[in-house]
Amino acid sequence: MIRMPRRIRIPLALLGILCCCTALLFAIAAEPDYGDPHAPAHREVSPGGHVTPGIYYTRNALAEAHTPNMVTVTLADYRSFDTFGETTVVFCGCVCVMLLLRRRRPERSDDS
Amino acid sequence: MMRSASSNLIVRVTARFVAPVIQIFALYVLFHGHYSPGGGFQGGVMIAASIILLRLALGNRETRPLISTAVATRGAALGALIFLAVGALAFRYGGEFLDYGMIPFSDDESMRRSHGILLIEVGVALACACALTAVYDDLGEAPGRGEERSGD
Repeated sequence: MIRMPRRIRIPLALLGILCCCTALLFAIAAEPDYGDPHAPAHREVSPGGHVTPGIYYTRNALAEAHTPNMVTVTLADYRSFDTFGETTVVFCGCVCVMLLLRRRRPERSDDS
Repeated sequence: MMRSASSNLIVRVTARFVAPVIQIFALYVLFHGHYSPGGGFQGGVMIAASIILLRLALGNRETRPLISTAVATRGAALGALIFLAVGALAFRYGGEFLDYGMIPFSDDESMRRSHGILLIEVGVALACACALTAVYDDLGEAPGRGEERSGD
C-alpha cells in the first residue's frame, strides 16, 4: 500500500467521491420519470414478445397461491430461490460473527 | 457495561411488560404476512428486538437461561434448514426445488402453495430472530478495548 501524507490523501479521496457523485447524477438524469407508464420496467410485454414477470406476478399471484399479498407470493414463491439465498446470507453472517468473536470454551490466557 | 442489568425499576418493569407485546405482534406480522405487509424477515427481526430489549434491561444473567447463545445459533441453523427441507421436499413428490405446488399439503394447488409459503416464512423468521440474537450476544461478549473480562 502506498503511504501518502494526509495532506494529499484526503483531497484525493474527496476528488474521487466528487467524480463518482457526478457520474451517478448524470446516470439519474437518464432514468425514466417516476411512475412513467412507458418506462421499460412497466411495460406489459418485453421486447422479446413475452409478458414481463412483474405483470405476470401481479395478475396471477392471487389465483396461483391463494394469497392476497402479492409481495409475499413474489418473495416466497416465484422468487423463493432468491429468498433462500437471503436466509443463507443471514445465517452466514451469524456464523462469521460467531467464528470471529465468540470466546472459546477453554479460556486461554491471552492470545495477542 | 453491556452485560450489567439496569437497576432502574421503571426500565425493568417496562421492558418486561413491552417484550411480550412485541413478540405477539411479531407473530401477527409473521402469520398475517399472506394478507398484509409483513412476513418472515420482519417478524423475525421483531422477535430478536424483543429478546435484545430484555437482555439490555434485565441483563444476561436473567435472560440467558431463556434463550442462550448456543440455542440461538442452533435455531438460526434450524430456520435455514426448514427452508431447505421444504424446498427439498418437493423433490420427493416429483417437483423442482422449492416447487410447493407439488407437495401434498391439501387438494387445491393454490392452497398447497399458500401452505408452502407459510412454512418458509416460519423458517425465515426463526433464522432471522436467532441469528440476530446470536450476533448481539457475540458482539456483547467480544473482548473490548480496556474492558476487563468478568466471569458471569
